Amino acid sequence: MITLSKLAKTFQTKDGSVTAVDHIDLSIDQGEIFGVIGYSGAGKSTLIRMLNMLEAPSSGEVEVAGRSMNTLGKRALREARQEIGMIFQHFNLLWSRTVADNIAFPLEIKGVPKAEQKQRVNELIELVGLEGRGGSYPAQLSGGQKQRVGIARALANNPKVLLCDEATSALDPKTTDSILDLLVDINKKLGLTIVLITHEMHVIRKICHRVAVMENGSVVEQGDVLEVFRRPQQDMTKEFVRQVTEPEETEEALRHLFEDDSIGHVLQLTFVGSEAQRPLINDVVRAYDVEVSILQGKISQTQHGSYGSLFISITGAQAEDAIAFIKEQQVEVEVIRHA
Amino acid sequence: MPEFIMGSALMLENINWENMWDATLETIYMSVIALFFTFVFGIIFGLLLFLTDRGQLWENKAAHFVIGAYVNIFRSIPFIILIVLLIPFTRMIVGTMLGPSAALPALIIGAAPFYARMVEIALREIDKGVIEASKAMGATNGQIIQKVLLPESMPALVSGITVTAIALVSYTAMAGVIGAGGLGDLAFRDGFQRNQPDITFTATIIVLLLVFILQFIGDTVTKVLDKR
Ligand SMILES: Nc1ncnc2c1ncn2[C@@H]1O[C@H](COP(=O)(O)OP(=O)(O)O)[C@@H](O)[C@H]1O
Ligand SMILES: [Mg+2]
Repeated sequence: MITLSKLAKTFQTKDGSVTAVDHIDLSIDQGEIFGVIGYSGAGKSTLIRMLNMLEAPSSGEVEVAGRSMNTLGKRALREARQEIGMIFQHFNLLWSRTVADNIAFPLEIKGVPKAEQKQRVNELIELVGLEGRGGSYPAQLSGGQKQRVGIARALANNPKVLLCDEATSALDPKTTDSILDLLVDINKKLGLTIVLITHEMHVIRKICHRVAVMENGSVVEQGDVLEVFRRPQQDMTKEFVRQVTEPEETEEALRHLFEDDSIGHVLQLTFVGSEAQRPLINDVVRAYDVEVSILQGKISQTQHGSYGSLFISITGAQAEDAIAFIKEQQVEVEVIRHA
Repeated sequence: MPEFIMGSALMLENINWENMWDATLETIYMSVIALFFTFVFGIIFGLLLFLTDRGQLWENKAAHFVIGAYVNIFRSIPFIILIVLLIPFTRMIVGTMLGPSAALPALIIGAAPFYARMVEIALREIDKGVIEASKAMGATNGQIIQKVLLPESMPALVSGITVTAIALVSYTAMAGVIGAGGLGDLAFRDGFQRNQPDITFTATIIVLLLVFILQFIGDTVTKVLDKR
């Protein structure tokens, strides 16, 4: 659905040139939710803005839905853009228009007849769950509701691709989740290809099928989300993965525990995919004469199953045997402390 | 002495109400016509000023410089001098220097740049992200101007035209001094030169009333339009 070849963008500034995107090759399939993660300044926004030519590439090619975007004339580009929806961190709604008129805006641009506009707007209001708010002005809405309007507006002309530039970064965690749920819902219902950029691994974990990690204008790692979670290669990727798999206070809490001699063996178990659901702990305490206590843990759901880590301590006569048993299971085990 | 002036100002004995009414109508006529053209030209020049600026839709250094220079020069010339400077031009297009119509060219040429600058500032206030979103939806530049720039800046455009309208009323009074008619003319010629302070006083009250009415209308409309 989207193919980028040797895509690059260099900005000329007073302090010299800045290469925001450095020869990226990427391919995104029809119907998938593709995430790009990276710290601020990595070049994510520049990259996504080149998908609809809001930013003209310095070199390279962009193909979206069969169109070679970087070769289009003005008129053809406008038509192509009508098939690519986009939502933004700060929503970018017209405050002078009601919710319904904001959603109708892209339809007006396309020249859709008034009666048809009205019907489509009603469908979209329902799709994003804003029934009854059509006559409100953006200033009267919460952040989450504003982004729903943004999403409805982006979907008005039945686009093939939806671009999301930090779409949840201005929202609180709960609202973020509801917007992400809506995106997954739309992706499933409409088979829409979604490209989203973010600096939060939580967003990637929750809805993306594949992820690319960006640093200094380059993609340093990419793959299926679960695969990247299981075996992050780059240090930066590991940092991002830790954002969602480990409770923030893990290290401190564990260091504190290590000082307690009665605690026995301490293990870190890393579960990936369906393994997370297995009653492993239960099996261990039944089969061996040990006591297991859970010190800390965090299991997260991704689009392809669960992922997480669990810190446990094992004491008792058969502790060594129990550890050997656990190691035989399909769980990654790291013995952090021997009794 | 001041008591005497106040006293005779309040007597209103010298006032010919018919003349006063005619002068009021002339002031309203000059202000309304000039305001209309000031609005049109101010929006056009303000838009051009904004659109030709760096990073905007019609970025054009030369055009931006020329329009900017026009706006700045004519905004800076004191109105009374502008009237004198424009005498030949006014004679050419209006045919006379007398009567309210003769004031119009100077009023419009003086006020349009004033308003154009306010239009430009109003447009600059619009969130860049909204313009960007419109581009991303495939809008033409014309659609962006018509559906985004003007509606989104409308409250500021209206409050700007209110300020301009009030300035125009005071310009008409100055234009009166060179024979354009209206309340300024009446206050100066009949009130001051013939030493009839009640006429000056009444003309002042009427001008103030006009200004208050304009301000009230402007504020009300701005409030209704502003949905932020
Ligand atoms: N219009 C621009 N002019 C100059 N430099 C820019 C411009 N846009 C982005 N940059 C630079 O490009 C780099 C990448 O920016 P951006 O794509 O916004 O990163 P991200 O979205 O990952 O935070 C930054 O160093 C930024 O300063
Ligand atoms: Mg960004």
